[in-house]
Amino acid sequence: MNKKQKKNLIRIIVSAVMMIGLNFVKVEGLLRFALYMVPYLIVGYDILIKAGKGIKNRQPFDECLLMALATVGAIALGLYSTGDYVEAIAVMLFYQVGEWFQSYAVGKSRRNISDLMDIRPDYANIQREDGQLEQVDPDEVEIGSIIVVQPGEKVPIDGIVTEGFTSLNTSALTGESLPREVQPGDEVISGCININGLLKLKTTKEFGESTVSKILDLVENASSRKSKSEDFITKFSRVYTPAVVICALLLALIPPIVLTATGGVPMWSDWIYRALTFLVISCPCALVISIPLSFFAGIGGASKEGVLVKGSNYLETLSQTKTVVFDKTGTLTKGVFQVTAVHPEQIDETHLLHLAAHVERYSTHPIANSLRAAYPNEADDCKVEDVEEVAGHGIRATVNGDTVCAGNSKMMDAIGVKWLPCDHVGTIIHVAINDTYVGHIVISDVEKPTSKEAIRQLHKSGVNKTVMLTGDAKAVADRVAADLGIDMVFSELLPADKVTKVEELLEQKKSEKERLAFVGDGINDAPVLSRADIGIAMGAMGSDAAIEAADVVLMDDDPLKIAKAIKISRKCLGIVHQNTWFAIGVKLIVLVLGAVGIANMWLAIFADVGVMVLAILNAIRALFVKNL
Amino acid sequence: MKKSYKIEVDCANCANKMEEATKKTAGVKDASINFMMQKMSVEFEEGQDPKVVMPEVLKNCKKVEDDCEIFF
Repeated sequence: MNKKQKKNLIRIIVSAVMMIGLNFVKVEGLLRFALYMVPYLIVGYDILIKAGKGIKNRQPFDECLLMALATVGAIALGLYSTGDYVEAIAVMLFYQVGEWFQSYAVGKSRRNISDLMDIRPDYANIQREDGQLEQVDPDEVEIGSIIVVQPGEKVPIDGIVTEGFTSLNTSALTGESLPREVQPGDEVISGCININGLLKLKTTKEFGESTVSKILDLVENASSRKSKSEDFITKFSRVYTPAVVICALLLALIPPIVLTATGGVPMWSDWIYRALTFLVISCPCALVISIPLSFFAGIGGASKEGVLVKGSNYLETLSQTKTVVFDKTGTLTKGVFQVTAVHPEQIDETHLLHLAAHVERYSTHPIANSLRAAYPNEADDCKVEDVEEVAGHGIRATVNGDTVCAGNSKMMDAIGVKWLPCDHVGTIIHVAINDTYVGHIVISDVEKPTSKEAIRQLHKSGVNKTVMLTGDAKAVADRVAADLGIDMVFSELLPADKVTKVEELLEQKKSEKERLAFVGDGINDAPVLSRADIGIAMGAMGSDAAIEAADVVLMDDDPLKIAKAIKISRKCLGIVHQNTWFAIGVKLIVLVLGAVGIANMWLAIFADVGVMVLAILNAIRALFVKNL
Repeated sequence: MKKSYKIEVDCANCANKMEEATKKTAGVKDASINFMMQKMSVEFEEGQDPKVVMPEVLKNCKKVEDDCEIFF
């Protein structure tokens, strides 16, 4: 609670106690009026002052002015006929309670959400010449400086490890709880927490350009991009207040005049009372506060899960997504080639891998890398000589005196060895020893372990079409698509074709309200990301290009997060709709009841403040997305 | 030119009114208020000096909501 909130709370309590106390004091006439004015003025003096300023500035629909009118009107009625001043005080009291709660809840949730994103480093350690560490402002550290990160500290600036081994906790950035191991030469991004070892980093960026600054900037500015729901509410509230005030005016004048004209009793005080009830409900605050608060909470909750949404409008679009288009490599698959099958003839599996790895000992081709990775003891004491690379075919070498050939079917044909075809999809390496076929090894891009589950979850959460685009061969693409359960696949595409395909898919949408999302790794698909209704970039840790181009950024490369992002957006938008219709609905009902004289001012103020409190509490629910 | 300012305003509807008032100020091309972050971003028209425009913006905002503050 800040100073202002404390002061207002005291005013509310004092005034409430006095109001209740006065119930037991039996006085009549002007003294009664004077006594009741004390709690009224304590709780409402600032409203009355503001109302006066409203008149001066010609703002007829200022809330304070309307509230002042309603309560002063009620007091006048009390003075004139009923002698009941409690209602006016109560209205002012509850209005202030509502205002207080709003200010408290907003402040509190703002703090909660900034705590969630508590990744801003306060200092960087620089080693002085005498070996002592000095804490400096991260802003002052130049590119290329060496900084020291002690266990338990946050990495303040992006850099490359020069010394030290440690585990890093990246959960504040990615939502991933598994620590990441780093060693000298590895890139480290700011915002991670160093768990156990002392780390020395050479900075590669300035603080302002570092990942942590970019993310904070993005999250803090996210709710500036307003969604359609927010625009609707802004427009609605602009019409709502004047409309209610005009209705109130009509309600106060027309029925009594009509009644007089028809010879009935005009009942002026009744109709004026009903009009004053209208003024109490004329404030659109419950609506206006709960919508941005819901979005703010939704974006905050998502960022805690490693999903950065660049604006409320994107959260809205995401919730309407019916088609998800994926790039294959790097998104659904790891984009790293691995040995996926070994089919030996005559010799055993290990031996086959062993030979193949040796032949590829000196090669830098990606296939050689994957073969060596599959047989980690490659650097043993076997003798590898006479390595000869046959362009377009493969490699020939002498291993421990035997001539070993490893390559594609063309190479086998060239040396006159009969090879066996393979039913696996991928790159196939045939191996022959001294012109005898000994089997083949299949190398292919592997699917991410969570891809299949991700597609299933997407379908479950209401996405009705999943599409995969790839530059890869048809056989490979079809196989991956079938395996993952993807509905449509387009293969052998050039980067430019992907944009065309997405445009075609955009045209095929059944209704205006359906949205198409494109998911890519953000490296070379920026045009597609911006062409889709919503572009999702994944694995963005440290990739500036992806953060720039996409509307939604997944910090790690887990495809499950796509479904999660959509679920978060659905929940958030669900809350937005609940709040909108609940608040508008209750207000309309009370307006109608007030007009026919069933609802009194008490009910009106409860409708106003109660709805606001409930809407705010509901909005805060958007923050809890962990178990979606 | 776009600039961002810290603001202080208590109610969400007042923030909307301030946004409207800012947009209507001479020299302001566009404005957006982020109530939750208590931030205001103002886009100035070509050749306008924020130092001259901002006091006007504050004056107009004070008219619609007396209890507000803009830090510039």
